[in-house]
Amino acid sequence: MEEVQKLEKRKKTPNKKSIEELERVVIRLAGDSGDGMQLAGLKFTSASVMLGNDVSTFPDYPAEIRAPQGTLAGVSGFQIHFSSTEIYTPGDKLDTLVAMNPAALRVNIEDLKSTGILIINQDSFTPRALSKAGYSISPLDDGTLSNFRVFPVNITKLNKEAVSSIEGISSKQINLTRNFFALGLISWLYARPLDSTIKWIEKKFSNRPAIVKANAKTLKAGYYFGETNEFLSVQYTVPKAEMKPGLYRYISGSQALALGLATASQLANRELFFGAYPITPASDLLHELVRLRGYGVKTFQAEDEIAAIGSIIGASFGGSIGVTGTSGPGLALMSEALGLAVITELPLILVNVQRAGPSTGMPTKPEQSDLLQVLFGRNGESPLPVFAPQTPGDCFKLAIKAVRIAIKYMTPVVLLSDAYLANNIDPWKIPNLSKLSPIEINNPRKSSMGSDGRFTPYTRDENLARPYVVPGTKGLEHRIGGLEKEIITGNVSYDPVNHEKMVNLREQKVSGIGKEIPSQVVEGPSKGDILVLSWGSTYGAAHTASENLRKEGFSVADTNLRFLNPLPANLGKILSSYKQILIPELNNGQLHFIIQARFSIIAESLTKVQGKPFHVEEIETVIKNIIGGIEHD
Amino acid sequence: MTERENPLPSPVLSPKDFDSGFDVRWCPGCGDYAILANLKRVLPTLGIPKEDFVVISGIGCSSRFPYYMDTYGMHTIHGRAPTIATGLKCSRPDLSVWVVTGDGDGLSIGGNHLMHAIRRNVDIKILLFNNQIYGLTKGQYSPTTKQSKRTKSSPTGSIDYPVNPISWALGAEATFIARTIFQYPDHMQEVLRRAAEHKGVSFVEIYQNCVIFNDGAFRYATDKEMRYDNVFELEHGKPMKFGRDQEKGIFLHGLTPKVINFKQAGFDESDLLHHDENAQESTLAFFLSRMRYPEFPEPIGIFRAIQKPTYNDLLDAQMEEAKNTVTKPLQEIVNGDENWTVT
Repeated sequence: MEEVQKLEKRKKTPNKKSIEELERVVIRLAGDSGDGMQLAGLKFTSASVMLGNDVSTFPDYPAEIRAPQGTLAGVSGFQIHFSSTEIYTPGDKLDTLVAMNPAALRVNIEDLKSTGILIINQDSFTPRALSKAGYSISPLDDGTLSNFRVFPVNITKLNKEAVSSIEGISSKQINLTRNFFALGLISWLYARPLDSTIKWIEKKFSNRPAIVKANAKTLKAGYYFGETNEFLSVQYTVPKAEMKPGLYRYISGSQALALGLATASQLANRELFFGAYPITPASDLLHELVRLRGYGVKTFQAEDEIAAIGSIIGASFGGSIGVTGTSGPGLALMSEALGLAVITELPLILVNVQRAGPSTGMPTKPEQSDLLQVLFGRNGESPLPVFAPQTPGDCFKLAIKAVRIAIKYMTPVVLLSDAYLANNIDPWKIPNLSKLSPIEINNPRKSSMGSDGRFTPYTRDENLARPYVVPGTKGLEHRIGGLEKEIITGNVSYDPVNHEKMVNLREQKVSGIGKEIPSQVVEGPSKGDILVLSWGSTYGAAHTASENLRKEGFSVADTNLRFLNPLPANLGKILSSYKQILIPELNNGQLHFIIQARFSIIAESLTKVQGKPFHVEEIETVIKNIIGGIEHD
Repeated sequence: MTERENPLPSPVLSPKDFDSGFDVRWCPGCGDYAILANLKRVLPTLGIPKEDFVVISGIGCSSRFPYYMDTYGMHTIHGRAPTIATGLKCSRPDLSVWVVTGDGDGLSIGGNHLMHAIRRNVDIKILLFNNQIYGLTKGQYSPTTKQSKRTKSSPTGSIDYPVNPISWALGAEATFIARTIFQYPDHMQEVLRRAAEHKGVSFVEIYQNCVIFNDGAFRYATDKEMRYDNVFELEHGKPMKFGRDQEKGIFLHGLTPKVINFKQAGFDESDLLHHDENAQESTLAFFLSRMRYPEFPEPIGIFRAIQKPTYNDLLDAQMEEAKNTVTKPLQEIVNGDENWTVT
């Protein structure tokens, strides 16, 4: 905190630099994928949460592992929204952009607000780098940046001066610390303390003292450069946000899902078997879970997605909690086996981290376009519950809920995350695990028998679930499989009436899960002009847009569906309470299609399929247009 | 993971105990009946409680198998049985997991999974019923159908080069490989017993006659008159000889096998090629797998039986190691390295 304390002192003494307080700020650090922007962004985030801001972040990195240096394809960015009020998205337009090279400038400049602050690493604006980014004239010279407050800084040179005297630092290592100079500079600009970052550096490179020294030194150098240099005349502060008391950390959707699944395994006191095949952006789930093997999570990397889901069907039959994680193309491969899980009525969890499709599409980019695939993308009548977490923290909650429901109802459950939610990092109030209720798994050892003295695997309990008898149970040997089964006995049956009964039973069982789903809660007026109905990760933008307009006096309510099948029981009533329903989603209208069909209403659809989450402003504009068209009595 | 309800020794089981009470619905005369009968004879003799057997199949005539066995079982989807068996065995190593598949299920649609289950050496027992035809879909050529065979989907003769299941399993580094024939009950039972006792993946190819769509495909091997010249039994450490009077034998001429009437030629049994099922290198097994009718007599029995750690054991060892290195409760992992308190 010494730097900030120093700053406090300066405030009291006459100071050329003024301090301005802001409610909230959006910044983006952008550079080449080798420039360490993700790390700098994370450290800025840490410092911000330590200061008590509410924070939401979004990393945006290239699809190519090692895209050619300096090219547009190789640009990596990290966006941070920090605020003194509650926020729900990583922010729309940027207040500040740090561009470490011309390509980063070109890719990101369109998101900078006019009069926004643009910090540029001037040293990297060489003719060669400019031409790689497609600039024939330097944008610093041609007046195209005149709308912004441009601050060219010799980051490469200043960083070099700061660290080159340190013993044991190679020339290659010198340039690798530039990101910390930039971090230091914006840390001053937004009055972020450096101590959490310095502590992290000391821990991370504990056995490489020269690296610790270099990173810490350039970080401070960047900070002091901002402090002492004339050209940045204003320092901005963002006061603490009011947050519920408790212990917090920041967490991504992928991390929260993994921790939720491991927690579910502990709550059930049962091994969790995670079988998966690597696929972007779902692989992180495998990486996170493999590190939790010590906590009863068994991981299996299969030969393909079909084998991944097959392995968990086997594990689930054996009594483990079977879970798989994949993304669109993998989900398509899993469809047939998912149907097998439906008809065998085995519990399992399929996490689908949605990405832009069809086919390979844009693997690193978010979309919500697999909704209809998970609801209907199997042969036959094949109902299953579908849940969609709305925030990274909600991934933890819904992972546990999915396990609970899968076991209680003997059904596969699909969790719909997406590339945005998986990578979005938000503060998260850490739950006390001992307060969570245990997950009951009943594997009967005895059962009522049929008239032939044999076990009847399709007898059902009050929830229409069949008994979860696992191999190894004496006297209850039985066969399950993909062929239609006779009601109660489970014998293979081609009887037409029996088939219809079984189809209906499976449907009723899944519908019955409705009683486990909380009533849908609406934010804003309980009736009025417009209800914004979002689902899953579009929550943040939809809620923020609605809240902003409510503050402006518009009659706007909003609600976010976390349960897509079955839908909350009170949804129909809610929908009938507004003149218009607006459904924003990152696809071409899939929930819109469902809602119109299920409730026989006409709703407005707002779609976006650019591989990017909604901007709040985009939703606000549409809401205003719709309200403008509503005739008021 | 399941606690045993009854610690008393299991009663002695009989084949009848493995009768599921289900009407068997293969075509009359189907080779599958014999395989079912033989497996039912072998399983009770293994000293494994009945409730610990699980039979998993895919799709095809052979894949109806689990319904006819009073064990735990799953009739799954086409080609995917090895994946389900892998997951089950990895989560429940205490179970005896059997996969029943066919030439279409296992080598066409499920070829990838079969290969990977084999190369991982998951401790499962794979029985591949090879009738060289698609039976359930009514008579199309399969990956093992002989070239030029006229079938419903190849009316002018199949142009596919068939796969050799044993060579293929060797390529995937199977630790136990055997072949038997549906009409050789004693041989089959011995092979099944050895497969069951092997620790690691067991791959057993069983020649099976489809009486409807490919009748007589293995007549050279089952006909009482023809079999002596067309089939020979592999026995570990023993010379490879055959013929009605065991007068013919296999010699190795360079890298090429030769069939010689060694008695007529004045050779001794010790001059013949001897079988070594435990050879670490798969060269001998591979070259035996290439011997096909009509050029050669076809070897049956155990081609290869070697030991290497199973996938499920290695996985459990890693799990155990991970558990032993845990120093903090899950709550602390959930709390993360960086956290802060809001008051």
